[in-house]
Amino acid sequence: MSQHAQEYVRVPFWRNPQIRAWIYQFIMLGGLLWVAFTMYQNTLANLEKRGIGSGFGFLKNEAGFNIGETAPLPVLQSGFLWFIAALIFGLFASRAISVWLKKKGTTITANDKTVFAVITLVGIIPVLVLFLGSDSISFVRYTESSSYITALMTGFANTIKVTILGCIFSTVLGLIVALGRLSPNWLINRLCRWYVELNRNLPVLLQLFFWYFIVLQQLPSVRQSIDVGGWLILNKRGLFLPAPIAQAGAWPFCLAIIAAVIGIYFVYRRSIRLLNQTGTPGKIFAPSAALLIGLPALAWLITGTPYTLEYPVLKGFNYRGGIDLTPEFTALVVGLTVYVSAFNAEIIRSGIQAVSKGQREAARAIALKERHIMRLVILPQAMRIIVPPMTSEYLAIAKNSSLAVAIGYPEFVSIGGTILNQSGQAVEIVGIWMGVYLTISLVISLGMNWYNAKIKLVER
Amino acid sequence: MTKVIEDRRPPVTKTGTLGWIRSNLLFPWYNALLTLIAGWAIISAVRPFWNWAVTNATITLDPTIAKEYSGAAWGFIRDMWPVFMVGVYPEEHRWRPMVALLIVLALIMLTLVHKFRGTKWLYTLWGLSPLAVYLIIHGGFFTGLPVVDTHYWGGLMLTIILAAVAMLFAFPISVLLALGRTSDMPVIKSFCVAYIELVRGVPLITILFMASVVLPLFLPTNVELDKVLRAMVGITMFFSAYLAENIRGGLQGLGKGQYEAADAIGMGYWQKTFFIVLPQALRIVIPPMVNNFIGILKDTSLVGIVGLVDLLQIAFATTSNPKWFGRLEEAYVFIALWYWILCYSLSRYSQHLEKKYASK
Repeated sequence: MSQHAQEYVRVPFWRNPQIRAWIYQFIMLGGLLWVAFTMYQNTLANLEKRGIGSGFGFLKNEAGFNIGETAPLPVLQSGFLWFIAALIFGLFASRAISVWLKKKGTTITANDKTVFAVITLVGIIPVLVLFLGSDSISFVRYTESSSYITALMTGFANTIKVTILGCIFSTVLGLIVALGRLSPNWLINRLCRWYVELNRNLPVLLQLFFWYFIVLQQLPSVRQSIDVGGWLILNKRGLFLPAPIAQAGAWPFCLAIIAAVIGIYFVYRRSIRLLNQTGTPGKIFAPSAALLIGLPALAWLITGTPYTLEYPVLKGFNYRGGIDLTPEFTALVVGLTVYVSAFNAEIIRSGIQAVSKGQREAARAIALKERHIMRLVILPQAMRIIVPPMTSEYLAIAKNSSLAVAIGYPEFVSIGGTILNQSGQAVEIVGIWMGVYLTISLVISLGMNWYNAKIKLVER
Repeated sequence: MTKVIEDRRPPVTKTGTLGWIRSNLLFPWYNALLTLIAGWAIISAVRPFWNWAVTNATITLDPTIAKEYSGAAWGFIRDMWPVFMVGVYPEEHRWRPMVALLIVLALIMLTLVHKFRGTKWLYTLWGLSPLAVYLIIHGGFFTGLPVVDTHYWGGLMLTIILAAVAMLFAFPISVLLALGRTSDMPVIKSFCVAYIELVRGVPLITILFMASVVLPLFLPTNVELDKVLRAMVGITMFFSAYLAENIRGGLQGLGKGQYEAADAIGMGYWQKTFFIVLPQALRIVIPPMVNNFIGILKDTSLVGIVGLVDLLQIAFATTSNPKWFGRLEEAYVFIALWYWILCYSLSRYSQHLEKKYASK
């Protein structure tokens, strides 16, 4: 017996799997550190050879190039701290209310007054603080004398704009095509199927080029613009629409709309409550319409016109003023939407088809209406299958929006590329790109994970 | 005597072509409306295209005659065909990519013969083929062929080479990454997770920029990588992360009993991995890997942004030529056709494989 134990002890240490694992890992760590160190040394040597400095100091330099499409960028002032303070106070106070209610044994969903208190604390007070403290936020617009960092932020704003629009449009279009593929109508079915097959088997860059260089080039020149009563002007340089210009009454008008939306939420709750208590739902449509039209109209009457419209006018070689949708922007949004909608359609279709047939039959057996079957039985179950792959499609839109660099839309990568060419700070620019895209990816996947957890099947 | 009721034929409106049309296209009323809308959409999209591509088109090689036609000038494609295929590869050497293509096609033919499948000599030939293709297209070394620098590679040839190289090199890397991610060694696991998530979180174009402008900075001052090689490094890095996630799916799809049985008969880690785990895991992930390859093929079109002349960029290169100036439509239709045929047939192949493995 003791002899065996001795033999066991005598197993050499390089035979011990745990020790071996650590040895491997140390070797790997050492290798990685060596590679990183060599790369660092090489980079320093190369930068010195090319006479390029390092560090992020260059971001404060004047950019000097023109950006075709700028967005107002928010710059936080000292007053913004008050907004943060109000928001934190509201969050804590609403938390305290819910704890207090739990102690009393009532649930928060049962009491309209508490819900209103929470909304006031979390929503309205911080907005009021933001409104009253006029120095809390100011907006700047990129000009040629702005810094590189402002240029990058403008590009980022454009990326976000394209991503959000692309997500919304591609989901809607994908849903339509998916429903078409599920349709019993043979022609619609085939049409949608070939739409999907055509779009997902062509590179997205080719599609962007197609929209930009072929479709949008068919539009008339500036002199022969399509003009719909001065409201809508379409030509090769883009689509021009009248822009709303905020007047003094804009703030109260917006607040009135927010208040109306909150009011509608309460009308809806009251209707549900009445349905549970008496069996007949409370009226929704009339009071909601009254709120939605009445409150803003009141604000309009009291404070005067909230917005005036600025029409595009032909000046020199192009139209000025108004909202200008550039061809680059249109091509990018349309191209991404069409490409991704093909993938979304397949995801939605397979999600709906994955819901077992028995569910639909059971819903029919208990005499649910057809529209209710889709909304209450099929879609909630299909959503569980649809959401995870849709997340990666949304991420793909965010990432593919970087292809704008090929058609010259000034988004994040394209502006970064311009700065890279001007300043030569390759490592820093690529680092910024990767950091920002990683953040976007993380935010989108966190948001979708949250939604996924919310709709997940609750298992006991 | 019971009366025999004769079998009656189903009503003519429910069977045959008429029944099919009624139930699939016309009834109920909104179906007829949808049919009309879809028909209108198809006609209004196809008719102008047909007019442009066929009715008013010409295949003459003379650009001045082609200008008289309002439709497509397919003579442009006829004229520029070799350029679309191989880019600016020297004219007198164009037979070399042709030979390389023939080698690959011959290998595919041999693989299609059922008797030869799984034989050692066929595996050896496939294993040697990338080297052979490289030697023929690039030249130099012991072959006696004059060197054609990667600088001259382009067109469809470059697109396919980029995709194939990326797949070839990304595959072993991604197997290692997937094994690392599923292993329980903390340092290796965290490195693999960090690499995969970092690469999957950023767009390909930033990785390509990194490979083309930052990678040269990381290397010693006297080492120079050419443009094509840098793009290959970038695409390989990018796809190894995506492939690794697929392979990890296969590894996790394997029953726990397989690992335990291998442990029980005393296999070491690498024995277990190579003889038990990978053969089964990789078989599961072949269809998603084909889909991944389709992704690579489509995404190689991005190398144009960092200055390579792949199939997509040939459109600009050939249409800026004064002879066929501005014939972008024809070029795009032609290129789209190539991409579509390649990707669509691959996707059908992956669906076929999926069915084949599912039925086993």
